[in-house]
Amino acid sequence: MAQLMTLGITAAFLILLTFAVISWTNFFKTIDRRWVFLLMLFSVAVPVYVIGKTKQTFPEKALPLAQAVFDEIEKLNEGDKVLLAFDFDPGSEGELGPMATMFAFHCATKKLKMYFIALWPLGRQMIDDNIEKVIKPDFPEMIYGEDYMNLGFKAGNEGVINVIVTDIKQLYTTDAYGRDINQIPMMEGIDNIQQMDLILNVSAGFPGTKEWVQYAVTPFPHQIRLVGGCTGVQAPLLYPYIPEQLPGLLAAIKGASEYESLVIGKYGGDGISGKYLEAQRRMGPQLVAHVLMVLLIIAGNIIYFVERTREARP
Amino acid sequence: MKRTIPLLLAMSAGFVMIVAFFIPATLTWGEKVSIWFDILASIAFILGGGNLLKVQLKKISDKTAGWGYSVITVVAFLVMLFVGLTKFGVNPNPAFPAHGHWAGQYNEIGSPFWWLYEYMFKPLQATIFAMLAFYVASAAFRAFRAKNFEAILLLVTAFIILLGRTAAGVFLTDFISADSGFQGLRLENFTGYIMDVFNTAGNRAIMIGIALGTASVSLKILLGVDRSYLGSGEE
Repeated sequence: MAQLMTLGITAAFLILLTFAVISWTNFFKTIDRRWVFLLMLFSVAVPVYVIGKTKQTFPEKALPLAQAVFDEIEKLNEGDKVLLAFDFDPGSEGELGPMATMFAFHCATKKLKMYFIALWPLGRQMIDDNIEKVIKPDFPEMIYGEDYMNLGFKAGNEGVINVIVTDIKQLYTTDAYGRDINQIPMMEGIDNIQQMDLILNVSAGFPGTKEWVQYAVTPFPHQIRLVGGCTGVQAPLLYPYIPEQLPGLLAAIKGASEYESLVIGKYGGDGISGKYLEAQRRMGPQLVAHVLMVLLIIAGNIIYFVERTREARP
Repeated sequence: MKRTIPLLLAMSAGFVMIVAFFIPATLTWGEKVSIWFDILASIAFILGGGNLLKVQLKKISDKTAGWGYSVITVVAFLVMLFVGLTKFGVNPNPAFPAHGHWAGQYNEIGSPFWWLYEYMFKPLQATIFAMLAFYVASAAFRAFRAKNFEAILLLVTAFIILLGRTAAGVFLTDFISADSGFQGLRLENFTGYIMDVFNTAGNRAIMIGIALGTASVSLKILLGVDRSYLGSGEE
């Protein structure tokens, strides 16, 4: 019943919008684009404020790709080795930060051994942020060098992957903090990344998931398993690798939100910190912004058809 | 000589990589070439920094339009470089007291480098990226028109994806039972179908085309037929 009412209200609103645009075509046609910017600002700011106040999020149902990412990590046992490649920077932190946080939380909860790495210069900072945000406050029992370590950033893009798939110590002689890699307990017996039980990649572009697929998974399909998360614009380009080379993919904040709901559903419990609900919270502004985009496109097309009809009149 | 040596270097490195991919016994050769590449990539940072200074300083000296932005770029670059390289304001590492602040972490919390990154670089970069939303909204209003059949298809797909990626999609088609034969028409499932089928098919075709093109261009470069990457040879 409630849904029928909302659908009715939506239909009525669309009809009203149509009449308004037809009546004031000239006004809408010449509208200053700063009004559109202002609308977009409010459509993001208001949900951010409301969700921040109420702490309410939309219910999320995981689709197969997010479920696959979750399942790949769930298959691992305590002490298994995971390479977390954070190939993003503050520019895409809004979209990718929550999934990176959730990867770290999921792996730490399952007591997996985490090896952080970055192919982006600022990926190192993203790793540090997550260590400070997730591991140090919520998993203080985890010891650096035994349970997790940071290999930091290395220049060379896909060239780095090309080397570490066969010999990691050729390229990494120290960790990100300058410690001799041979003195770090969890690097004992690690010669290359084929020994990792899973690679988790968070990708904002080049180099990213595509390069991990091409230079790590493709030459060693039986040794290396990869799942990842990426920005919305990148996702369509990665679908061709699913499911053989890339069993699971978190596409943008929506994918992160689905994955987050799965992890929190299983490991969250009551009173979970807000930092682990960021993806679900960011779905609010995304909803309103997307609806605004749809309305803007409809309004723009009504203007176009009104104009065309007027031009066609003798 | 100026063109022959780089040409020979590119040819040998390229062929070593191809051989290393197909013959496991030569895998270490490929590894060595990749390490050279990584070293060159690190040196490219210095080259990039030098180039940035050269271009921006020229703009300042010529007083070209917007030269003020060049001043900001140069100052920001030099400040960040100085603070990072000298480890300015970094606390000494207790494990290595003899080395003073040089053994400390350049980006430790509270250090000047961390401050510049956290309170200047990070918000600035996030802001630039976020501005995309405003321009996309404006462009959608002004340019996304149903002018022909192809444009209508694109428009309908955009609506489905835009709504299907939010709670609105689930809500609008919630009346279709998840167990019924029509469940594929629920917006969230239909979005997945579009991505899985139409998008994947199109992208695979494009990727195969790109791969064939890349292979052909690579061969031309390796055999020395295409030498455009060496530049014009003029200073």
